[in-house]
Amino acid sequence: MSDLVIRGGHLLDPAAGVDAPRDIFLKAGRVADIAAPGKLKGTNGAEVIDASGLTVAPGLIDMHVHLREPGFAHKETIVTGTACAAAGGFTSVAAMPNTRPVNDNAETTRWMLSPDRGAMVRVFPIAAATRGSKGEAINDYAALKSAGAIAVSDDGLPILKDGVMREALAAAARVGLCVIQHAEDTRMTAGGCMNQGPASFRLGLRGMPAEAEVSIVERDIRLVSELRDARVHLHVAHLSTAGALAAVRQARRNGLRVTCEVAPHHFLLTDEHVGFYDTNAKMCPPLRSAADRDAMIEGILDGVVDAIATDHAPHAQHEKEVEFQNAPNGILGLETALGLSLRWLHKEMKLPMGRIISLLSAQPAALLGMKGRGTLTVGSFADVVIFDPKAEWTYKVTETHSKSKNTPFNDWPMLGKVRWTISEGRVAFTGQA
Amino acid sequence: MTTAAPSLRRQLSTPQAPASLFPYNPGSLLSVQALSLDDLSRLLARATELESMDPAERNRILFKRRIGLLFYEPSTRTRTSFELAAKSLGADTTLVSNLSSSIDKGESLKDTGLTLRALGVEAIILRHNASGAAWLLEEATRLPVLNAGDGMHEHPTQALLDLRTLLAKLRPGVTQLDEKTLEGITVAIVGDIFHSRVARSNMLLLPRLGASVVLCGPRELLPELAAKAGPNIEIERDLANALRRSQAVMMLRIQSERLAGLQLDADEYRESYQLTGPRLASFAPEAIVLHPGPIIRGLEITAGVADGFQSAILDQVHNGVAIRMAVVERALTVAQKGSPA
Repeated sequence: MSDLVIRGGHLLDPAAGVDAPRDIFLKAGRVADIAAPGKLKGTNGAEVIDASGLTVAPGLIDMHVHLREPGFAHKETIVTGTACAAAGGFTSVAAMPNTRPVNDNAETTRWMLSPDRGAMVRVFPIAAATRGSKGEAINDYAALKSAGAIAVSDDGLPILKDGVMREALAAAARVGLCVIQHAEDTRMTAGGCMNQGPASFRLGLRGMPAEAEVSIVERDIRLVSELRDARVHLHVAHLSTAGALAAVRQARRNGLRVTCEVAPHHFLLTDEHVGFYDTNAKMCPPLRSAADRDAMIEGILDGVVDAIATDHAPHAQHEKEVEFQNAPNGILGLETALGLSLRWLHKEMKLPMGRIISLLSAQPAALLGMKGRGTLTVGSFADVVIFDPKAEWTYKVTETHSKSKNTPFNDWPMLGKVRWTISEGRVAFTGQA
Repeated sequence: MTTAAPSLRRQLSTPQAPASLFPYNPGSLLSVQALSLDDLSRLLARATELESMDPAERNRILFKRRIGLLFYEPSTRTRTSFELAAKSLGADTTLVSNLSSSIDKGESLKDTGLTLRALGVEAIILRHNASGAAWLLEEATRLPVLNAGDGMHEHPTQALLDLRTLLAKLRPGVTQLDEKTLEGITVAIVGDIFHSRVARSNMLLLPRLGASVVLCGPRELLPELAAKAGPNIEIERDLANALRRSQAVMMLRIQSERLAGLQLDADEYRESYQLTGPRLASFAPEAIVLHPGPIIRGLEITAGVADGFQSAILDQVHNGVAIRMAVVERALTVAQKGSPA
C-alpha cells in the first residue's frame, strides 16, 4: 500500500466540524496529516490524487446490507457486494446474518471476516440475535462480539416474543452491542406482499398493514423503558411508517436510547411505484403511502432519523422474474444511496450536504460504536470518499458491480459522482469523471 | 406526528411512478382499464356480428392460427368458452394446465410462455392464481395475452360479458357506448369482494359508463379500502339497502381457495348475505340477477333465485362465447390492421 496525498479537494467532515479546502496525507492505512492547501509536509514519494473541484469526505458507512455469503453466492458475494459498496462511496458495510448458515456463531462471523473473502472495503458482520434467527433462544453475544460482530439482529425476521426480545436487549447491552430489530408483526403480514392500502386492493395483492411495523416498534420501546438500563440500545432497521417514526421520536424525548435508520427507497418511493407488479419495487418493509414517505423525509430533516441505510438486498434476475407474490423481497442500494440522497435530500429538499454525509458516515459509526471511522482526523482510518458534488448523472443498472440487477432506480437522475473510494489507505474504486 | 405538513409535500418533487409500458402487444387484453369506450363499443358490436355469422365463413377468420390456453386454475366456463370461441374462428387451440405439464415440475411462468411461443403459439389465454401473472407473461413473451383471470385482480372478459348481458336487458339496441350509457343504473356486487377478480373488473368498468356500484358484504370479505378503488363505488353493509337501490345485483361465490385461513360462519353469512326469493321479491323485484359462477347453491344464492325469472346467469354464460370470439379475433388482428369491425 503506497502513501496517498489527496490534494486540492474540499474536505467535508461534519463530525470534525470541517467544511473547507484541505489536503490530506494518508499513510499506512491511517490519516497522517491534514493541512491547508499546499501546506502538507513530508509527503515525498506519496502518490497524489488531484481532488480539485471535488468533495473529500469520510468513507460512507452502510449499517444494513445483505452480502449473501455464505450460502447465496448466486445473488452476491462478499467480493461483488463490497465492490458495489466501493462504487457507491462506502468504506464500511454491516452485513446482516440471514445467510446460509445463519450467522449465529463465531465461526461464520470469522469466515466472513477472513481476508480470503476478498472484501474490497471493511465488512462488519451483524450476528443473529437468536439461534438460527428463529426468535426463540438468544445467542452468546460475548463470543460473537469477540469474533467480530458489531451488533445483533434477526433481520428479515422480527424477534416477536416479548421475553426473548427483553432478554436480547439486556444481554446485548451487557456486552455493549445494540439490538437491531426488523419490526414486523408477521402475524399481521402473513401472505402480504405490499403495503396495505388502495393500491394493494386495486392490484389484488394481499397487504401488509403499517400497524404491523408500528406495533412492534411500540412494543420494543416499552421493553427498553421497562429495562431501566442506560446501556440498552434498540435500533429500528429500515423504518418505513409515520407511526413508527412518531414512536421513536417520543421515545427519544423520554430519554431512551432508541435509534432508527431509513432506506432511500422509503424516503423516495410509494406503493404506487409497484406499478403493474414490478418486483423491483418489492421489499420488506414494503413501499408505503405518500404520507409515510413524506414522514420519512421529515424525520430526516428534523433529525429523528439517525442514519440512511440501504438494505442492499440482491436477488438473481430469475428469482425476481416471477409472479409478484412469489418474488423475494429486496433491492440493490449501495450504488445509488449517495446519488439519490444528494439529488433529492440536498438539491430538492435543501438539506445541507454535511448533514447527508453525517447520516451516511459519522452517525452510523456512532450507533455501531465504530472507532476511528466516520470522520477524517489525524489518526483515524484512511477511509475516504472523493466525489464530484456537482456531477449529475443517470444510474444504469447494466453497469452495476453487483451480481444482481434488482433496482427500481434504473435510469434515475443522481447527483454527486464518486471518483475515488479509499478503504484504509487502498484505492478500492476509481470512477469516471 | 402521523402526516407530513402540507408545505413539505409541496417542496417534494420526487419522480412519479413511471407511466406503464403495458400492454406491450396491442392485441393483449390484460385489464378492462386498457379499453377505451370506443374499443368496448367495437368489441361488443363485433361479438354480435360474429355470433350471427355463417360458421363456415367465421371459420376462415383465424384459420389454423395457433392459440394457447394456459390454465393454472380449474375452470369450466372461461376455459370452454375461450376454446369454443377460438375454434369457431378456425384457430387451433392447445391446452396447457398446471396439473398435466412441466409446470408441475417447477417450470416458471416465463419459461412456460417462451416454450409456447417457440411452439408457434401466437396468443396465450392465461388463467393464473397469482395477481399480475398476465402482465409477467406478456412482458416475457410480448405475445398477445388474454387475461382469463389473474388471482384476485381482474377478469376482463367476464366484465365484458357481464356488460353485454346488462346492456341487453337494460339498454337494448344501444351500440355506441359513452360515459352516460348506464347513467341512473346501480349495480350491487354482493359477497366475497376482496378475493374476487370479477368484482374488481366490474367495479372499474361499470362506473366508466355512468353506473354506480354498491359493494355489499361483511368486513372480512369487503375491506373499507375497496371504496377507494375508483370513482362511483360505495360500500353498503346491509343487503336489503343495497338491493333497494339496484337495478342489477351480481352475486359472488365465497372463494374458499383464497380465504387463507379466514374462518367464516356459513350460517351467519346466509343470514346476512344470501340472495333469497323473499329478499329479492321484497327489495328488488325488478332487478336482474347475475352470477359469474361457479354457483354454490344454498350459500350465496338459493336455487330458486338462481333458476328464477330474474336470473340472467345462463345469459352470461352464453354471452361468454360471443365476447371471447371478439377478444380472440382482436388479439390476432389488431396489430396488423387496427381494430376489427
